[in-house]
Amino acid sequence: MAARKTYEPTVMVSPPSDILIPERDLGEIPALECRHLGITFGGLHAVENFNLTVGKTEIAGLIGPNGAGKTTVFNLITKVYQPTTGTILLAGRDIAGMDTAAVNRAGIGRTFQNIRLFNNLTVEDNVKLGLHNSIRYRSFAGVLRLPSYWQEEKKAHERALELLSVFKMERMADLRAGGLPYGVQRRLEIIRALATEPRLLLLDEPAAGMNPSETEELMETIRRIRDEFRIAVLLIEHDMKLVMGICEGIAVMNFGKIIAKGTPDQIRNDPEVIEAYLGKNREE
Amino acid sequence: MKKNTFTTIWKSNFTTYGIVLLFFAVMMILMATGNLSRLMRGQLVPICAYAIMAASLNLTVGVLGELSLGHAGFVSIGCFGGGLAAALLHDAGAGELVCLAGAVLAGVLLSTLAGFLIGLPVLRLNGDYLAIVTLACCQIIKSLLTNLFVGRDESGLHTGFLTQPEGVAADAFVIRGSQGLRNAAVIDNFPAAVVLLILCLIIIYNLIDSKSGRAIMALRDNKIAARSIGINITSYKMMAFVVSAAMAGAAGALFGLSQATVLPGKFDFNMSVLILVFVVLGGLGNIRGSVIAAALLTILPEKLRFLADYRMIIYAVVLIVVMLMRNSTVFHGLGEKIQGLLRRKKTAGSPPRDPDTDPAGKEG
Ligand SMILES: Nc1ncnc2c1ncn2[C@@H]1O[C@H](COP(=O)(O)OP(=O)(O)OP(=O)(O)O)[C@@H](O)[C@H]1O
Ligand SMILES: [Mg+2]
Repeated sequence: MAARKTYEPTVMVSPPSDILIPERDLGEIPALECRHLGITFGGLHAVENFNLTVGKTEIAGLIGPNGAGKTTVFNLITKVYQPTTGTILLAGRDIAGMDTAAVNRAGIGRTFQNIRLFNNLTVEDNVKLGLHNSIRYRSFAGVLRLPSYWQEEKKAHERALELLSVFKMERMADLRAGGLPYGVQRRLEIIRALATEPRLLLLDEPAAGMNPSETEELMETIRRIRDEFRIAVLLIEHDMKLVMGICEGIAVMNFGKIIAKGTPDQIRNDPEVIEAYLGKNREE
Repeated sequence: MKKNTFTTIWKSNFTTYGIVLLFFAVMMILMATGNLSRLMRGQLVPICAYAIMAASLNLTVGVLGELSLGHAGFVSIGCFGGGLAAALLHDAGAGELVCLAGAVLAGVLLSTLAGFLIGLPVLRLNGDYLAIVTLACCQIIKSLLTNLFVGRDESGLHTGFLTQPEGVAADAFVIRGSQGLRNAAVIDNFPAAVVLLILCLIIIYNLIDSKSGRAIMALRDNKIAARSIGINITSYKMMAFVVSAAMAGAAGALFGLSQATVLPGKFDFNMSVLILVFVVLGGLGNIRGSVIAAALLTILPEKLRFLADYRMIIYAVVLIVVMLMRNSTVFHGLGEKIQGLLRRKKTAGSPPRDPDTDPAGKEG
């Protein structure tokens, strides 16, 4: 593969308003812009006035205590929930009016906090489902086994193995997804999301349930994914080592609101963050 | 462990075709040597029809994962529509095979249309609601057919609803309200039935093993995940449902023509459940199982009369089991539950609520 471009060290800059993105992404349209995003559940402001910008090739982190509203933000961005207020721009394009499937086609791939694989299908079929919209033959061509079926299925098979190799999972292609160990399922979910060719990858606690060495490897892989696929990554994670280790920009949430934004160093030393989040963690 | 999935699927499909062909060969030999009872002879085409009904229902219940209790409705549409088409072709002097082909085609077209019209509102529903509404649709179709009169003579078609149209000779009627369908000619062609069965099996198997089939199974396993990777849920739900309905229509036409008369009451809730029993006993998602179960359960009651007394009890029990199993996506229900428990332990830090949201509300 072509020489990998790595982005280090990162300098975060704040042009026009309070947007924080890596310097190298400055001239580019940000991958994601949330403006005044909010949702209420029967009076509870689960997310309120959420403003976030993720640079075109940035790895950004979203952290906060349990119940802060992080997953809800992902669900708003992917339209699992309809925002009560605010705008979401994906590469400068307003995604209002799109449903979850359309948002994916527009370029957002995601994983879930509670893994959601197609458990009764094989690992390969899970990845091929990620490729679904790039497989070009019609249903009747599949039923009639026209040449386009064989060509496209062959291509999909090869592409699926290629994607599986990102996590060195080629040899698991024929296993049933539901029977895989927990950590492997998380990785498969990432591959399935990647297969949809997103420009922005949302990872909801990708390291949950992984041991330290697996987490280490995951960090490396997330970086490699960003470099190879040239995409932005926004991740939710409780593992501070991972967040501080790979995120360039971090947003901290508490009670549905962003309480701090900045580089890992800034976040580490922010008194409000320490009180709301890190402090509590350190006691444990 | 498992080798190439491609070859595994391929082998599995061809085993099914082989079993059907073997059944065909054995029956033909028995018939030629005069070892087949008249009763069994009369069951051959219905067996094929039931096998198609079961395989096609499996597409909705096992592959798509939606419980439909209205399959018999589509069968009856195919049966009555096909009967009418066959009568018209017969009048025009067409041969047996042309009549049968025309009937099957008409049955497919009509039940496809019905599947689409019923699917539009029904497929917005989920789970038990979908089951109840499909059941209601089946009853509605039955009531409509019970009140429908269609006859034909030199001056053309005569249709009536609720009342028989006046001034038309009684024997001009093909569809006679509560007296049901009366076929112009009984077509009991076993080889043709086997061909139709294999054709349906090929379509189902090829559909399942293509991008569309994968998408349909993805909906069954996890709708939210399917949406998140850009799969249009509604259209694939509709595809599975309509294909299933279309084949039920073909089976209905095949079945209908093999009988001298068919009462509209034949296709009621019990028939839907009977087909569902085939599917459940054969295994959800297992097309070959459906075919075998349909064949065995059609032959068995004839051989073992005593079973008939317990049939309703068996239906009821199976129904309850289906309802219970459906919630755990059936196949590996128990294994998955255990896994789920283990998983929960590992993520003990997070709240018990499902954070990835289930609009249906898994919270609590
Ligand atoms: N569908 C819903 N209906 C009602 N309340 C909800 C719903 N979804 C989320 N909430 C509430 O919104 C708040 C934020 O939940 P969310 O899952 O986003 O937290 P989180 O930051 O992801 O927490 P964790 O780190 O535990 O995953 C919680 O108080 C939760 O109870
Ligand atoms: Mg969460």
